[in-house]
Amino acid sequence: MSVSRFWRKIPQRYNLIGTQCTTCGRYFFPPRSFCPECRRDGEIVDYQFKGDGEIVTYTVIRSASDQFENTTPYVLAIVRLDEGADLTAQVVCTPEEARIGMRVRSVFRRIAADGESGVIHYGTKFVPAE
Amino acid sequence: MRDVAVIGIGCTQFGEHWSTSFRNLFVEAGALALEDAGVTGEQIDALYVGNMSAGRFVEQEHIGALIADYAGLASNHIPSTRVEAACASGGLAFRQAVISVASGMEDIVVAAGVEKMTDVGTGASVDTLAGAADREWEGFAGATFPGLYAMIANDYMHRYSLTREQLAQVAVKNHANGAKNPIAQFRQQITVDTVLKSSLVADPLRLFDCSPITDGAAAVVVVPLERAREFTDTPVRVLASAQASDTIALHDRREISTLDATVAAGRRAFQQAGIEHRDIDMLEVHDCFTIAEICAIEDLGFCAKGEAGKLTEEGVTALHGDIPVNTSGGLKACGHPVGATGIKQIYEIVKQIRGEATGRQVDAEIGMAHNVGGTGATVAVHILGGC
Ligand SMILES: [Zn+2]
Repeated sequence: MSVSRFWRKIPQRYNLIGTQCTTCGRYFFPPRSFCPECRRDGEIVDYQFKGDGEIVTYTVIRSASDQFENTTPYVLAIVRLDEGADLTAQVVCTPEEARIGMRVRSVFRRIAADGESGVIHYGTKFVPAE
Repeated sequence: MRDVAVIGIGCTQFGEHWSTSFRNLFVEAGALALEDAGVTGEQIDALYVGNMSAGRFVEQEHIGALIADYAGLASNHIPSTRVEAACASGGLAFRQAVISVASGMEDIVVAAGVEKMTDVGTGASVDTLAGAADREWEGFAGATFPGLYAMIANDYMHRYSLTREQLAQVAVKNHANGAKNPIAQFRQQITVDTVLKSSLVADPLRLFDCSPITDGAAAVVVVPLERAREFTDTPVRVLASAQASDTIALHDRREISTLDATVAAGRRAFQQAGIEHRDIDMLEVHDCFTIAEICAIEDLGFCAKGEAGKLTEEGVTALHGDIPVNTSGGLKACGHPVGATGIKQIYEIVKQIRGEATGRQVDAEIGMAHNVGGTGATVAVHILGGC
């Protein structure tokens, strides 16, 4: 991913800052600037997620793109945050530990190293919280 | 709106074409389709080309004009338009051609699809295909395309009954069909054991659950139904052309293992055609992974959620079962040149309806094509029937 495209979303990626529509109460992560329910009537504000959630589904990536190839195998999951927003993130645990319904909590971690630009990308991962 | 018919079809061999260029793949498929239709280049009013990522795969954009040029049509100055919706690019190109003819805007239109994927390494193609999903919020976290479908599979197996063996049987069936298809990339039979002993790609999906990296092109010619018999004695009518979209990211779906865009496009297609499920004689569905075929059969409404694994195991979807699925070998065995796949599905259905599917012929008057982009953010469904 290009450096500018990554840096633009640093507050969101580093601190799990998403958005909330105060009209209907829905939370969004990844952040949305337009509520799919309320559309033009939606009032969107930033929201700091607490970082607690559970695994909706997961997999173990054994074969990855070049950026991630030296970190395989890794657990990738869809995590439902307690506020009710779903996101895709890695879970720092063994393949055997991962299971649907497992409680997790967010941590700040290195995600990948970009071979071409030499930039190390950081962002949100999850760890088991049971 | 005018009724539309397919009057000609062409498809290259699917596989690794080391010595053939992107443009020549298209030219070969286009020439076969025109010859089959009995149409000359001068008669063509417009071209629609499905292509996902020539920019990443062969570093070439602007392929609408490129292929019109190399098809020898530059001096005719016809409109030529690239259509992109990841792996559903071909299905959407066909739909654009149908809409154009139905509207009365154009009369003789070529819909094509082409992809040349083997010019880049595996890592680069995995990365390019990840662009079919949400690059910033799925790909960034390390999601691969097989990884996303693996999460669909795990969600599915958590909710419904599906054994690992039943999943493997989808690949076994599609290889059995591909073995009978001269254009297929893989023409060898496999067993459940072949699948279960292949390497894990993204749990629970193994190498033989995944469609391959493929080069290939396909093209079809569509005209108004009222003019079809000027060109052929065996026109195939387009009974329905439906398309639907959904969230780009899998994590934003209503339910992970139901493709709501398939449900919506399928319903619209049945409504347009005015027919029911029992009227469909064969299906070409988007089995980019074995789990995708299971979901497709259910989401199109051919059985309830959780039943497609059992149907596959019982042979209902096999070549001579009650509802043959992927007689071409599907994406799994026929191959998956992403932009060409949606057109190849139309090619296969026309072959079957005309009775030209030698070695794999089924009794087919009406067939359905189901083409998915990404993990279900775009779906095209077409129904074709003899006339
Ligand atoms: Zn709202």
